[in-house]
Amino acid sequence: MERHPAFKPCICLFQVSSDQIEQLHRRFKQLSGEQPTIRKENFNKVPDLELNPIRSKIIHAFFDNRNLRKGPSGVADEINFEDFLTIMSYFRPIDISMDEEQVELCRKEKLRFLFHMYDSDSDGRITLEEYRNVVEELLSGNPHIEKESARSIADGAMMEAASICVGQMEPDQVYEGITFEDFLKIWQGIDIETKMHVRFLNMETMALCH
Amino acid sequence: MAKKGFHLYHRLPGLVPESCLLIIVGVLVGCIIFGTDHKSPPVMDTNIYFLYLLPPIILEGGYFMPTRPFFENFGSILWWAGLGALINAFGIGLSLYFICQIKAFGLSDVNLLQNLLFGSLISSVDPVAVLAVFEEARVNEPLYMMIFGEALLNDGITVVLYNILIAFTKMHKFEHIEPVDILAGCARFIIVGLGGVFFGIIFGFISAFITRFTQNISAIEPLIVFMFSYLSYLVAETLYLSGILAITACAVTMKKYVEENVSQTSYTTIKYFMKMLSSVSETLIFIFMGVSTVGKNHEWNWAFVCFTLVFCQIWRAISVFALFYVSNQFRTFPFSIKDQCIIFYSGVRGAGSFSLAFLLPLALFPRKKMFVTATLVIIYFTVFIQGVTVGPLVRYLDVKKTNKKESINEELHIRLMDHLKAGIEDVCGQWSHYQVRDKFKKFDHRYLRKILIRSNQPKSSIVSLYKKLEMKQAIEMVETGMLSSTSFSMPPQTQRIQGTTRLSPEDVASMRDILTRNLYRVRQRTLSYNKYNLKPQSSEKQAKEILIRRQNTLRESMRKGHSLPWGKPAGTKNIRYLSFPYSAPQSASARRDARLAEFTVHLKFIGGQPFSFGYPRNTSQEERTGRARRLASRPKPLFHALDEDYESEEESEEEVSPLASRWSGEHRNRREHHKSHGPLLQRK
Repeated sequence: MERHPAFKPCICLFQVSSDQIEQLHRRFKQLSGEQPTIRKENFNKVPDLELNPIRSKIIHAFFDNRNLRKGPSGVADEINFEDFLTIMSYFRPIDISMDEEQVELCRKEKLRFLFHMYDSDSDGRITLEEYRNVVEELLSGNPHIEKESARSIADGAMMEAASICVGQMEPDQVYEGITFEDFLKIWQGIDIETKMHVRFLNMETMALCH
Repeated sequence: MAKKGFHLYHRLPGLVPESCLLIIVGVLVGCIIFGTDHKSPPVMDTNIYFLYLLPPIILEGGYFMPTRPFFENFGSILWWAGLGALINAFGIGLSLYFICQIKAFGLSDVNLLQNLLFGSLISSVDPVAVLAVFEEARVNEPLYMMIFGEALLNDGITVVLYNILIAFTKMHKFEHIEPVDILAGCARFIIVGLGGVFFGIIFGFISAFITRFTQNISAIEPLIVFMFSYLSYLVAETLYLSGILAITACAVTMKKYVEENVSQTSYTTIKYFMKMLSSVSETLIFIFMGVSTVGKNHEWNWAFVCFTLVFCQIWRAISVFALFYVSNQFRTFPFSIKDQCIIFYSGVRGAGSFSLAFLLPLALFPRKKMFVTATLVIIYFTVFIQGVTVGPLVRYLDVKKTNKKESINEELHIRLMDHLKAGIEDVCGQWSHYQVRDKFKKFDHRYLRKILIRSNQPKSSIVSLYKKLEMKQAIEMVETGMLSSTSFSMPPQTQRIQGTTRLSPEDVASMRDILTRNLYRVRQRTLSYNKYNLKPQSSEKQAKEILIRRQNTLRESMRKGHSLPWGKPAGTKNIRYLSFPYSAPQSASARRDARLAEFTVHLKFIGGQPFSFGYPRNTSQEERTGRARRLASRPKPLFHALDEDYESEEESEEEVSPLASRWSGEHRNRREHHKSHGPLLQRK
């Protein structure tokens, strides 16, 4: 089980510039309807999100305690602006001026976010069922794909993952699921840093640690 | 002639870029022609070049463009290709003009316009050779796309510029050109460019639309594709728009929809024919170039040639560093100086420049020969020196590599990421890249696909990738089957012996164990090798070697259509993607049956008759690796599962048929397999 300390002094996560904070604050107000907190229902105000196949997972990610650094599991009922910023900061592009260690740290944080999206029951492992769930959701926008295909794709992916992580397995060995370390292994070499960022959340340097 | 050149160049090692080889061939041919008879060698004129030789090359470039990375970097590419060409053209032209003013060089009769024209034609870059090197070296995607984009757009832009300047030259003398004309020239440039693209897109849609209805006459599908692309070119040219950009836009638009509409054989035909046509064109052009090198049509002027060379490099450097400095401000992931150096160094000239130089009207250019000579020198220099050394340079500078590998996991994650990003952007209420892309996709799905695609089954890239990997695996399995059958075809009795003696009792027991436990149809990546060679390590290694090589060649041939640089097989790890069967009752000769069954599986692919049973596929891997995985156990019988799987894969059956000719050995085995298939079925 992973433990999140309440507020890790993370270098990359809280650096959002003041204009962006303004912008996000305005957006927060818009979504929450002038309330100080947002609930899950408020996300219905985002029309384009309806068409997103992994909508539920995205919304859940906002309320996931692990992402909010409030605990190892569980779901919050409502989030305030600070939490909103916390989640947004996962999508900050990695600054090239950061050194190796910081880059590594940021990368891990982003990957952890992704891991939490897959691992819906917070047990620290992505099991086959959870993986299947993800694949089914991803393909849910496509009515022509049968469930069978989705399942076999998930199985195939799981196999691949297992072979990367564990290599050759004994006949008796059962592969429990993908742990975070395995997850890191799968993503090794693929630059998540270049992929997981939202364009406008750019720039600097105003460290804003509450 | 071309064929001979081809044949020669295929055998030579792939270290030297293609252009080098082609030029050498051309020179040889030129020498022969020059030596044997003094008649004028075959000459290329405007019509032949522009009507016949150029379109196929452009078409191939546009068709095999990887759309997603292209549009992700679209802004940078446009900025760089467009402005780069202009800066280079005018820069070189003006600098040469100033050189020409110096009386000492004897060039004062070359006026500004002529210099500008020369500048425009010499700035036409042909980095196709470089692209091949990049692909080999697996450089990072944005860098590859910049060069690719430049290759694609550069031709169009230079030709437009060239035509405009020729028109100017034909007008009056330089002094009569007024600012209004220059403005008109600029406006013309934009109109010609955009108009060409517009027409290309329209023709792309038309041809996509037509292919929607060609189910029953699939033989003419390739014809439609080629015809409409060419038509777009001709129409654009007739309207004085840029035919090159038209044909590029047509290819890009067409590809997406046509690929889904046409039958598999048409698709393969289109791919290969396109490649062939473009190779033929290019070879011909290079041969012409070689031919005209060897001849008396030269005028050597030291100053002009040297300064051209110098200025080409200088201006390219200036344009690269200046333009990228600007575009880096807007990019999230800017290009490093290393990348920029590589881009600068990959300014290899080629057939384009030569053709344009050769086609200069002699009447307007009394010193045409000098231009031609200079062009040839530049081409030779850049191709041979830069082209050959860019590979080592890339390695030396340790340019950031791409690490894409084709795996389902990666595809899944990327899709997830896309949706995630789009979602987050929606939440933030911001417009950005992914929003645009999303919106386009929605529009595409809602309207365009309904109109243009035959059976509107939106395909997921995940599913297609999965199917593709499955297909590859199937092909590989047959390959191994092939290999073992051919290697054992010599001594038929040894086959029988080997079939039985290699099974030790404990092997069988463990195998059976594993199979009965593992009811679930899971896929496993195991080490691949020729399954009949268990004991001697050396021969196994050999078989593995052969297998790897054959797999590589097969993968290469399958990937000919791919212009993405990644996709080299994981030769080091040698992992394959195999599937376990549903457990079938095994016996002593289980393995042999399994092997035969595997043949029947693939006969099914070739014969096209779906079986309605589940049957064991390649089981023998297990006995060596003995790995089974219990991810879940499914108590219900898997016949249904396999059924569905095969039905969904029926359309991918056809993919196998073009390669069927390689498996002619199968037919031989068919008879004996049908016999053994009987007892196999009964056992169930």
